[in-house]
Amino acid sequence: MKEIAIVGFQQSDSVSDAGAVNEVEMIMPVLSRVFQQVGINNAQDVGFVCSGSCDYLQGAAFAFVAGVDALGAVPPIKESHVEMDAAWALYESILKIRMGHADSALIYGFGKSSPGELPIVMSQQLDPYYLAPLWVDSISLAALQARLMLDQGLITERDMAEVVSRSRRNAMNNPHAQLAGDVAPDDVLAQEIYLSPLRKADICPVSDGASAMIIATVEKAKEWGLPYAIISGIDHCIETHNLGMRDLTDSVSTRTAAKRAGMGAGPVEVAELYAPFSHQEIILRRALGLSDETSINPSGGVLAGNMMMASGLSRIGEVFNRIVSGEVQRGIAHATSGPCLQHNLVTVLEKA
Amino acid sequence: MANLAAVVGIGQTKYMTKRLDVSIAGLVREAAVNALQDADLTWDDIDAVILGKAPDMFEGVIMPETYLTDALGCNGKPMLRVHTAGSVGGSTALVAASHVQSGMFKRVLTVSFEKQSESNAMWALSNPQPFSTHLNAGAGGYFAPIIREYMRRSNAPYDVGIKVAVKDRLHGARNPLAHLQKPDITMQEVEESFMLWDPIRFLEACPSSDGACAMIIANEELADKASKKPAWIRGVAMRSEPTMYAGRDEVNPQAGRDCAADVYKQAGITNPRKDLDCAEVYVPFSWYEPMWLENLGFAPEGEGWKLTMEGATSLDEGGDIPWNCSGGVLSSNAIGASGMIRFAEAARQVRGDAGDHQVEGAKLALGHAYGGGAQFYAMWVVGSEKP
Repeated sequence: MKEIAIVGFQQSDSVSDAGAVNEVEMIMPVLSRVFQQVGINNAQDVGFVCSGSCDYLQGAAFAFVAGVDALGAVPPIKESHVEMDAAWALYESILKIRMGHADSALIYGFGKSSPGELPIVMSQQLDPYYLAPLWVDSISLAALQARLMLDQGLITERDMAEVVSRSRRNAMNNPHAQLAGDVAPDDVLAQEIYLSPLRKADICPVSDGASAMIIATVEKAKEWGLPYAIISGIDHCIETHNLGMRDLTDSVSTRTAAKRAGMGAGPVEVAELYAPFSHQEIILRRALGLSDETSINPSGGVLAGNMMMASGLSRIGEVFNRIVSGEVQRGIAHATSGPCLQHNLVTVLEKA
Repeated sequence: MANLAAVVGIGQTKYMTKRLDVSIAGLVREAAVNALQDADLTWDDIDAVILGKAPDMFEGVIMPETYLTDALGCNGKPMLRVHTAGSVGGSTALVAASHVQSGMFKRVLTVSFEKQSESNAMWALSNPQPFSTHLNAGAGGYFAPIIREYMRRSNAPYDVGIKVAVKDRLHGARNPLAHLQKPDITMQEVEESFMLWDPIRFLEACPSSDGACAMIIANEELADKASKKPAWIRGVAMRSEPTMYAGRDEVNPQAGRDCAADVYKQAGITNPRKDLDCAEVYVPFSWYEPMWLENLGFAPEGEGWKLTMEGATSLDEGGDIPWNCSGGVLSSNAIGASGMIRFAEAARQVRGDAGDHQVEGAKLALGHAYGGGAQFYAMWVVGSEKP
């Protein structure tokens, strides 16, 4: 099967409120930067384009249609869209390249979550007959999950605070981060409880932003003469939607996806995990069997800024950046969708 | 080169205004189970599920694949959700095919649906947006002026749309799954139906339907062993262009012409009217038949309406290139599924499995879908013979 190379990645700052900036205006600067990075002009210069976004964030059907306006799609282009995080748009693009219908692809994701009440909006992702009418918001569901872990003695509140502390400190080196600072675990524990057992710091912030990536066949990457990283494996897996029917303290689908993506074939020097809540990072770390030798979320992860529909793609981009800079040789990135880590994608990246 | 792939199972629901007997999950499962039965397979034989539907606001369920995974037997497998506006049913079939054509999967299930009775599409399409013109018109209001421009340019007689409306309903009367069953429809009845968006009369518009469509797509090895005749995928193409740009031809969009040229080239088609045996084309408003006849190269520009009026696209009149033998979107419109129904009905024709709306001896068929402001296109060509 054709090897896939990542040749470019750019992301916007993660901001709490982008103000009057609309989705197209949020995407445009990121696209022009990634085109510049790769040395191309616009979407005409890649073989395929795929994006990830969510209509409900914008409050309009066909939110992604405006995105096409940002592409320079005249003459017409080969283009598709997933109503998922853009990490899955990357997945679709890889299929397209492997079937021989493109030699390169632009992938982008964007979300402007600030105008709505995101946790409440996401309650409408649940079973429309039995769960959505209860308006159970995403934070409450995560709180139930954290409570299960605490009650079973699988974690302590200090474990959670340590995740937050590391995220804030790591984010100090990430110019795009929304929340960063020299925060000690005790500082986190000193915060009041927001939604038991979660403190505000245990919860990712609501963010606006976008990210974009360009991938290509290895031949094309060489033709472009660009530094690149190889996607040596990518896989994803979904679990039951019935929260009572799966063990919320584990993530079987993450483990399955990592196995199928070949994570175990080499050392994992860095792991960027899409954990919107501190306890979920611990679930993922354990599900993946990551040891202390793996640097977890050196970017600060999504606790430092969560650009809905782009954060999963950004995790992959963060690992790509560390590989092409020579900092590491091999790492993994994780993306998630659905309540309480229902659907998970794992990408394995390696030095070329 | 892409790996060979073929449709080995097709399942649909009956299309109707309100499926009050099933939930959304029940609806998609019904189509999926029908496809599995058609292919003589079980859930365990499926490696991944690719789900498509039009905007989440149509049912008010965000990213419904998370809720529908249980009904679609997908737990422990990859699930992908496609959304490309009205073309989504077609795009979803293409994304499903790419799972197999890439060599990454052996056999996948693809499903698309709409349960319009649990929604209000007109509302969902007309949400006011900041800094944008508020178009409180729905799809018909958007397309009516474009149709009027086609009529002006082509000098087509006023009753071409009426003829299409009758023809597709007569086709639909041959298809027990079709929503509208109007075997006795007449030109006069269509002409006397009330005007919705001039020149689109009530009976020249698609209905609002509940329904789901499913297909199973397998690789060459498994398709060779399929229990029923497979439909081989001979070409796949997608194109997009912006809703508006200087010089855009909205009547005969470039993206549609480019998409058709691409898919024909892959399938070795040089003269679509002659080389294809039939086509299932997304015609939600009657006049889009003559417009797409031109856009897809079945007729020179300005002359598509002549094929319609001659009966070339009619099964009942023995036309040489029947369009929408299933009754088309004009007979059933479960929006998110409508594109996939076109793709699936094209496959049924070349499998020789289209019942009373079968085109005798059909060997090569086109499936077509479009969406947005006639700016997103998805097409495939399927054949009875392995390429």
